Amino acid sequence: MYPRPFHYHRAGSLPEAATMLSQLGDDAKLLAGGQSLIPLMKLRFANPSHLVDLNFVPGTSYINEQNGAVRFGALTRHSEIENSSIGVRFPILHDCAAGIADVQIRNRGTIGGSLAEADPSGDWAAVLLTQKTEIWCLSPRGERSVPLTDFITDAYTTVLEHDELVREISVEVPGKGTGGAYLAFKRSAPVYPTASAAVQITMEGDICKDAHLVLGCVGLVPVRATAAADALRDRRIDDKSVAAAMDAVREAVDPQADMRGSAEYKRTLAAALVKRAIEVAVRRARGERVEVSHIYA
Amino acid sequence: MPETIDKVAIQLKVNGKPYSLAVEPRTLLVELLREELNLTGTHVGCDTTYCGACTVLLNGASVKSCTMFAVQADGAEILTVEGLAKDGKLHPIQKAFGDSYGLQCGYCTPGLMLSTFQLVTKNHEPSENEIRKAIAGNTCRCTGYQNIFKAIRLAAQNMKGA
Repeated sequence: MYPRPFHYHRAGSLPEAATMLSQLGDDAKLLAGGQSLIPLMKLRFANPSHLVDLNFVPGTSYINEQNGAVRFGALTRHSEIENSSIGVRFPILHDCAAGIADVQIRNRGTIGGSLAEADPSGDWAAVLLTQKTEIWCLSPRGERSVPLTDFITDAYTTVLEHDELVREISVEVPGKGTGGAYLAFKRSAPVYPTASAAVQITMEGDICKDAHLVLGCVGLVPVRATAAADALRDRRIDDKSVAAAMDAVREAVDPQADMRGSAEYKRTLAAALVKRAIEVAVRRARGERVEVSHIYA
Repeated sequence: MPETIDKVAIQLKVNGKPYSLAVEPRTLLVELLREELNLTGTHVGCDTTYCGACTVLLNGASVKSCTMFAVQADGAEILTVEGLAKDGKLHPIQKAFGDSYGLQCGYCTPGLMLSTFQLVTKNHEPSENEIRKAIAGNTCRCTGYQNIFKAIRLAAQNMKGA
């Protein structure tokens, strides 16, 4: 399948890419990993007249830790995060990176592209919404940082201006006594999940001091289940509080029926994933090493 | 298409051989390999980033060549199935797929062998689970995968000696 013809522009730097976007107008799109954009262009759902390729910009793929935060260059590939040592100390990042699609797609797809696309079924936004995440954005007018909580405004929609791009993603490293986990269920490896659950839980003894729960694929944007978090906070994590959190998740999500399942099925799936993710997050908060990743046949 | 689209000059190495070409931006890497370079061992299966029949190595990393523009391979080294055998001698991975009957119709096999290449060059003793993960992006509709697993384990052994 051929995409519509387009003009190809290779950016040498990120400021140059932003300038190109502003000069080329609304019909120009950025090309990062291309694992969503290129299939959309082949199906002619997306028909940009100009593509600005970011892949030749040096220094856009990195994982640094500074002042208690991990910083990802926008073009850091999922596979680089999967194979990085950061996943040992910050396992929720590994849960996500190692389970996105398949090896080939992880070798190309980027964390910045995933966030900027804001696909309701994307993995990174759900995961990073349980963390303190800042998106550093660059345009010809300069740079600004936007908390991820304000970054995605609707399905496939972010606060990025037309000539603005993601330069870096900064995620605060959680302290001791807190654990996170991400679980997604998908029908087979290369596809988007049917539902996903990201959880970050802070424990003090047997009591949950803080909780963040975010569900993916079950709304136009990732669903922050604050009532579910309230059901856990200042309580013991036991069958009763977890059941209350699961009920709150069923209430909070707003899934669409599609070929992946009915709305009711997805509601049940999201609650089940939350239950499992809470279990793993609590064990990790206690310092246990637990490996989890996407679940698929 | 009213306006003309400029072709883009690129240089790349495919199976060790250097090429200088001018490509239309919308040309996919797999089309360049098959239509321009006549390397038809790389297959197009689903054409929607699912099946992995078009898998090639780009600077050593497996990619789906139907989901990358040829212009993006500028400066890269590509390995396709045609680059596996040397001097008329099958590559240990090819030999393993043959010896283990790790194929039936053969359509998915070039992609599977290149996914295997990425796995076994780093890991000579892949576990069942590591093999599963490594080929999760390659769909075979004939074999049921059992012999493919055998082939990959044998390939890893063969590569250990190599």
